[in-house]
Formats: sequence, C-alpha cells, structure tokens
Amino acid sequence: MNIFRFSSPQTFYPLAGKLIPVFGTLAVLCTIIGLYLGFFVAPTDAVQGEVYRIIYLHVAAAWMSMFIYLVMAFWSAIGLGLGTRLSFYMTQALAPTGALFCFIALWSGALWGRPTWGAYWVWDARLTSQLLLLFLYFGFIALTRSIEDPRRADKAGAIIALVGAVNVPIIHFSVKWWSTLHQGASVSMTKSSMESSMLWGMLIMAFAAWFYSLAVTLARARCIILERERHTDWAAAEIAAKGAKA
Amino acid sequence: MNIFLAVLRRDLLLAWRGRSDLLVALAFFLIVASLFPFGVGADPVQLRAIGPGVVWVAALLASLLALPRLFAQDHDSGVLEQLLLSPEPAVIWVSAKILAHWIATGLPLVLIAPLLGLMYRLEPGATQVLIASLALGTPILSLIGAIGAALTLGLRGAGSLLALLVLPLFVPVLVFGAGAVDAWAGGMSIAPHLSLLGGGSLAALALAPFACAAALRLACE
Repeated sequence: MNIFRFSSPQTFYPLAGKLIPVFGTLAVLCTIIGLYLGFFVAPTDAVQGEVYRIIYLHVAAAWMSMFIYLVMAFWSAIGLGLGTRLSFYMTQALAPTGALFCFIALWSGALWGRPTWGAYWVWDARLTSQLLLLFLYFGFIALTRSIEDPRRADKAGAIIALVGAVNVPIIHFSVKWWSTLHQGASVSMTKSSMESSMLWGMLIMAFAAWFYSLAVTLARARCIILERERHTDWAAAEIAAKGAKA
Repeated sequence: MNIFLAVLRRDLLLAWRGRSDLLVALAFFLIVASLFPFGVGADPVQLRAIGPGVVWVAALLASLLALPRLFAQDHDSGVLEQLLLSPEPAVIWVSAKILAHWIATGLPLVLIAPLLGLMYRLEPGATQVLIASLALGTPILSLIGAIGAALTLGLRGAGSLLALLVLPLFVPVLVFGAGAVDAWAGGMSIAPHLSLLGGGSLAALALAPFACAAALRLACE
C-alpha cells in the first residue's frame, strides 16, 4: 500500500475519522493508568514530599509542547517543499494543542514552584524558554488567523514556524546562558535518578499526552479539511450529510 | 551586483528625503530610555546597573517601530511587485533593502547610544562595549525583523502582530547585547558575547534574506 495515498485530504479524512476513537481511547486508558501509578503506587519523594506528584502532569505537558513545535516545523518544511495542502492543515491543527500544553506546563510549574522554590515564578532558563515558546505559538496562531487568503496564511505560517524552529535552540541556549536555577533533568536516555514506578507513571502520562494530541489534532484537521475543501464534491456531500444528521 | 547598489542607493535616498520619520524613531528611542529613571528612581548605582539593559530594550522597541516602513511604501506603490517580476534574484535586492533600512534606522541608534550612556552614568569603557554590542546586534534585529515585516505586509493590525512575531526572536540578541556590558562591568571577558552577536549577524545575513524573499512573494501573489 502506498502511504502517500493519504496525503490527499479526501482519503485522509475518513482515515482520521477511524483513528480518532482509537487514539482517544488509548489516551483515556493511559491517563487512568498513569495517574493511578503516580498517585497511589509511586512513593513519596524524599526531598519534596507529596507535592512532587505534579510532575506527572508537568513533565508530560512540557515534553509535548516542545515536541509539537518540532512536528509543526516538520510539516511546514514538507508543505513548502512538496506543496501538499494537508501538511499545512496539520501544522495549523497542531498549534492550539501545542500552545495548550505549553500553558499547562507553565501553570503546573508555577504551582509546583511555590512550595519548592517559594515563588510562583522565577526567572530561570527553562521557565523562560517555555514562556518564549508560548509566545512563538501565539505568534503562529495570530499570523495564520489574521491572513484572509487561506493559501497565503498556510505558507506564511509555515515560514514563521520554520524561522521559529531555527531560533528555538538559540533562544534556549541564550536563556540558559543568562540564568540557571531549575533542577537538572531527572531523566536522560541512559540513566535515571528516579524510582521505577515514578518513571513508569511519568512515561505513561507522556504517552497519554501523545495519544490525546493525536486524537484532538486529527479531529481539528478534519474540521479544517471540510472547511477548506468545501468547494469539492466529496466535501460538500460530507457537509450535507452532517447537516441532514443534525 | 548592480541591482544591489541601485536598490541600496534608492532606498537610502528615499530615507534621506523622508528623514523626519527617521528622527521620530530616534526620538522614540531616547524617550523610552529616559522614561525609566522616572519609574525606578534616579539612584546612580541603580541606574548604572540597569542602564545597558534599558538601552537595549529601547533599541529593540525602536527598531520594531521602524520595521513596517521597510516594505510598506513599496508595497503600496507597486514597486515591490515590479521588483519581484524582474529577472534579478530577489535575495539580492531584499538584502540591499535590509541594509539600507539598517543604515537608516539601526546605525543612528548605535551613534546616539553614548548620549544614553551619559544619562545612565555608565563608565566610558562600559559605553564603548555597549556601542560595540549595538553595532554587532542591531543588524540581527533588522534581518529577523524584515522576515516579520514581509509576513505581515498589508495585514490588518500588522503592527501588533509584528511585535508578537519578532520580539520573542529578539531575546537572544538582548541577552548577549546587554550581557556584554554586564560582563565588562564584572571584569570578565566580553569576547564570547561579542563573538556570539557577530556570529548571529552573519548567520542571519546568510539565512534571513531567503525567508524574507519567500514571504514577499507570498504577500504579492
């Protein structure tokens, strides 16, 4: 089977419709298992006490927010290089979820910071990079929403996503140079300083974030496809069928 | 190369003929920088501590304010479309326009910075470092800003959108620019900061004109 078959909005639309319930169910299951491990199985942290448990939400959201920006840059490059409309739809469908996770990471970080550092906000390298990432998401969303011609909006969004992706490592490096107070990363590829049940809870929560992102992005992509392809026969038929059902 | 020089000459001439606009941007720079003592108090020690950062933030805002003029007039008058239709590579004349814009709006900020150094009671050495950092850093502002200006060309609310797009990207310039003066004041080497700013300028010079040309093509489609 040729995988590029699904780069057409018409074939992708029903495929996405079938995948959404799968990813949605997996997201719910992973959230239940991850939170159970995190709140009932994992031991209390020796230094921070119970408050550390916010990590199960915080780390998954922070990872996801950074990863989604990379995926957006990837689809932007594909879209600009190959001229595939679906790539731009995916970029725009991803952005709100990325911004949401960015916000969750900042918010949960603030609530975690208050008891452990004694302040909701400190001007530390990772917090500040995350805040700037949120601004990059806002910039992308604002730019694509304020351009009326959809084709220009697609490509302008792709350009700013790529420019942002080139700048993200530079911003991160500069902010790190500027100040560092945040605790070092507890998880690396080779070794981990965590109890295994804690680690599993965190990883499963990360999978929950993945599946959630996939499900909502596909759902949003389906809406974008219908809106943008409404001049085609199949999309018009699809919209009419939805209207008849409602 | 001919088109580079021709566009550079034309844009500089236009900038010179509309020099009151440039003076407004320069006055904005001075006013923003002189507002801070009213807000934080005139204690010389404190002023010396915040001076470099304030001057850099004011420079960021002043160059942001000047960015919409980079392409707007040529877009309105159709010159941009003619340039895009010409057989010359867009990257060449886009670079010329950005250079002219930097000479007209970035360079004056560098030249007037010693005055602000006096206002903030910076030591002569610190002022020199500040000037060097501005000279190396403001080209990055013009180059990255040009991408934003091209992307928002002709949009409603382009000004505030431009700020949202480019200000987060300006943060590294601010960090290394103001950091250079702080490093000098702390008795450390300023070479890393200035090298990073210079390297950033060269990287932006190599990459930004391409993104900017692509964005201009979109705006004129």
